[in-house]
Amino acid sequence: MMDTLGLFFRSIFIDNMVFAYFLGMCSFLAVSKNVKTSFGLGVAVTFVLLITVPVNYLLDKYILSAGALSWISPAFADVSLDFLSFILFIAIIAAIVQILEMVIEKFSPTLYNALGIFLPLIAVNCAILGASLFMQERHFDTVGQSLAYGFGSGIGWLIAIIGMAAIREKIRYSKIPKRMQGTGIAFIITGLMGIAFMAFLGISF
Amino acid sequence: MKNINLITAPLRKANPITVLILGICSALAVTAKLKPAIVMALSVTVVTALSNLVISLLRKGIPSKIRIIVQLIVVATLVILVDQFLKAFVYDISKQLSVFVGLIITNCIVMGRLEAFAMAHKPWESFFDGIGNGLGYGAILVIVAFFRELFGSGTLLGYQVIPQGMYDFGYVNNGLMILPPMALIIIGIIIWLQKPEEEK
Repeated sequence: MMDTLGLFFRSIFIDNMVFAYFLGMCSFLAVSKNVKTSFGLGVAVTFVLLITVPVNYLLDKYILSAGALSWISPAFADVSLDFLSFILFIAIIAAIVQILEMVIEKFSPTLYNALGIFLPLIAVNCAILGASLFMQERHFDTVGQSLAYGFGSGIGWLIAIIGMAAIREKIRYSKIPKRMQGTGIAFIITGLMGIAFMAFLGISF
Repeated sequence: MKNINLITAPLRKANPITVLILGICSALAVTAKLKPAIVMALSVTVVTALSNLVISLLRKGIPSKIRIIVQLIVVATLVILVDQFLKAFVYDISKQLSVFVGLIITNCIVMGRLEAFAMAHKPWESFFDGIGNGLGYGAILVIVAFFRELFGSGTLLGYQVIPQGMYDFGYVNNGLMILPPMALIIIGIIIWLQKPEEEK
């Protein structure tokens, strides 16, 4: 239990998707212009991560990794479908995003209006596929751990984009050198925030 | 002539990273050393060019409702090929790149070019457009990796370039350059230097 909790906090602060691995940077830089939309996108990303990472974990454990098929018949014990993981993960992610969009539209129109425009974008967000690939590389023991990892990564991404949006809202009133305005300064701010987040490196959970 | 233009435009005034802000996602973590950055740049170029070509050939047959899925499958197939190739021939680098090869699938440059260019242009042009964008992206990666490796580890491509005498004299490698956030700051500086050219 403690392990899982530790993993959760680790993935929020130390292995932060944005600041440690630069995942999901495209939408991070494009959407972080105001806090409200950033929050919407952040919640949508967290939501999708929370579902796709455990699903891909099960897929990896029972179908893809070496010897995983032995539950069907011992004859498959040395079959490894590892090379298919990219295509299956992305297909699963695209499918889940599509299903989520339909389910949310049906059951919660308010949530749909808040997340709606972001959901299709999320299928091609690097943070989502990245989390699944990192999950595969780290060989978690239980579904619970992969769930904690997915959720933690999502929350980390949410914190990062809200922080960024808040800074960008304020910085609009500052005097920035002309050539730096817009994207230039956004990169530098992200870099500085990343350095700040490195302070968490010393903490062990 | 037109084809050459398709290749050179993304190198400077329509650079995917510094001007269009696409594809920063998967690649900055690989720029701590020059070698993985070059391999990554080449892989992205190959995937962009070939996926542009394939999608452009298929463009009339793809229903627009499911085009994203079709594009993702084509790109994912190409990325698997590149990944298997890297594992077979340059295993060490493929280990260093780890998940970032897989992340070429969701690299916004690939998807962006498919949507913006390949869906509306002939195969041959799309192919060159893919090469140009891959190279424009690669150029930035290589520049960033060059500075990070030079100042961060005092080496280039693994060879020591800063003479031993400097270290004896008290020169110390800048450890900050190895950390991921510096890549962003270097790109910020590249954008700053490139701005006036863009305005012309």
